[in-house]
Amino acid sequence: MDWKIPTIILVALALGACETTPDNVGSVKGSGSISVKTAATSLAPVSVIKNRKLAKLAPGGVAAGSQEDLVTNIGDRVFFGLDSVSLSSDARSTLEKQAQWLRKNPNVTVTVAGHADERGTREYNLALGERRATAARDYLVALGLDQNRIKTISYGKERPIDARSVEDAWSKNRRSVTTVD
Amino acid sequence: MRKFNFKIILPILQKLFSISILYVAFAVLPAEATLKVDINSGKIEPLPIALPDFFGSGTQAITLGRDIASVISSDLQRSGLFRLIDSRAFIQGRNSLRVRPRFPAWRQIQAEALVVGSTELRPNGQLRVEFRLWDVLRGQQLVGLRTDTEPRNWRRVAHIIADAIYSEITGEEGYFDTRVVYVAESGPALKRIKRLAIMDQDGANHRYLTSGSHLVLTPRFSPTEQEITYLEYPPGKKPRVYIRNIDTGQREKLGEFDGMTFAPRYSPDGKSVIMSMAQNGNSDIFVMDLRTRRYQQLTRHPAIDTSPCFSPDGKRIVFTSTRGGKGQIYVMDSDGRNKKRITFGRGKYSTPVWSPRGDQIAFTKQTPGEWFIGVMTPDGNEERLLARGFAVEGPTWSPNGRVLMFFRQPPAGKEGGKPKLYSIDLTGHNEREIKTPTDASDPAWSPPK
Repeated sequence: MDWKIPTIILVALALGACETTPDNVGSVKGSGSISVKTAATSLAPVSVIKNRKLAKLAPGGVAAGSQEDLVTNIGDRVFFGLDSVSLSSDARSTLEKQAQWLRKNPNVTVTVAGHADERGTREYNLALGERRATAARDYLVALGLDQNRIKTISYGKERPIDARSVEDAWSKNRRSVTTVD
Repeated sequence: MRKFNFKIILPILQKLFSISILYVAFAVLPAEATLKVDINSGKIEPLPIALPDFFGSGTQAITLGRDIASVISSDLQRSGLFRLIDSRAFIQGRNSLRVRPRFPAWRQIQAEALVVGSTELRPNGQLRVEFRLWDVLRGQQLVGLRTDTEPRNWRRVAHIIADAIYSEITGEEGYFDTRVVYVAESGPALKRIKRLAIMDQDGANHRYLTSGSHLVLTPRFSPTEQEITYLEYPPGKKPRVYIRNIDTGQREKLGEFDGMTFAPRYSPDGKSVIMSMAQNGNSDIFVMDLRTRRYQQLTRHPAIDTSPCFSPDGKRIVFTSTRGGKGQIYVMDSDGRNKKRITFGRGKYSTPVWSPRGDQIAFTKQTPGEWFIGVMTPDGNEERLLARGFAVEGPTWSPNGRVLMFFRQPPAGKEGGKPKLYSIDLTGHNEREIKTPTDASDPAWSPPK
């Protein structure tokens, strides 16, 4: 009957949820009910830790689903035109790759930060950065990703990556950056 | 407008600083006093004024007398309306001046105004300060005042005296007994540390209000001057509008919403805060009642609406919107009705701030390669550009509506893109850098008292 399918999904979701619990597999030795202490924080007895799966490594030795993986193999940022929030074909292509990557790493949640160059006033740029972050997020959601996996934040002109007052720097600063939470 | 009058502000001052202010004497001014500076007329010839150190008996009183005269002199000098005559030119000796000014001796050195004051430490530990402002040409006293206060209040007394002199000569409120809250910047350009800081208008009594661990932006005073509202980035959370008590440091987040809140300013009655809120990326203008914490949406448009500011009577709101394509300035009623665009000039307009007198709106105007601080009437007419630069931004009014403060950032490379605070008269004259311990941006002047 049909009701079985939702149950299976629920079970899968529940298992999925387990995977997101901190596991610290790397520091666990043996399987007895000893507790492992790291940095003065006591962990649950190992017998309670169900997920003993080691993180898969992506090609090149970076952990799959990590920020390094996203930056190295996908591209964490897209760029915008002056005063613009529209996504160029380059930007869309990067976001499509990000969407694919997020589907491959279903436990990853991200924050998309929107930024502006220095050629706007502070509050206007905060509003503009918010629109850029949202434009990138909306595209990821349109590609089928769960909205709850993607937060947005705006930094306006507060966090440039190139401080020079030249077009080359401005075009790098007008960006949205996707960061693994 | 508060006409400077010790009689009117006496109860307020007594409450605030437990100082009692008494009349010494008030000369009746002639109907047409000659000793007036019309500060509305373009470039002004500064009024020559002599301001000898205040007389005092005993080391502490002498020191205080010298310090008070020095603070008054700097205030008057910086206003651009006065020229302080070098004390080495003074002819009349101090002993005889203490008895009564010999006006020909002051006329001879071209002094038009003369301030004679004294400081005295009373047996009860109070500091008594007296001064008289003389019209040298007529040999008449214009104002004479006395105050008893805690000696530690000497700086404020000096600023209050400077305000009294400014007010007597110009007919306008003084703005020296005021403070500025701003964002102090330090660290490399790519890892800027920003802290809230507060100081007297002349840079004295500087202190930091935050540690720099969180990004903070755009502080603005409450009408009581007891609190500020500003934007803070709590780690890992959405940027939020906060209010913060200046003296206790207690702070409070103004609501938790899905989107960022930013660009806050108090209403003139202090009962609400107007701000922008982003919903699904789109910024509209909201006003929040501080008592009930209910908020009301005032704009509802897919364009950016931000930088709202009330008129001093609280009846209207000026704001920036891109609804016309690019940033322009709009005015609406305080309930959000009757939105009307008021800027049509070339370039982008933003950061409108209503003058405390109600008759002007200051703004930032951007053209490619050059930005301006300008003013216009509330209907958008009579635009005048006062200051310019690669980036000048964020004007704030002196409480008397005669001076604007703003920040200027040169292009990165030359001076490293480091922002600094400046002030300029409404006439467009007398631009001056406001010295701060570090780089500085987002200034806000304390409100009218």
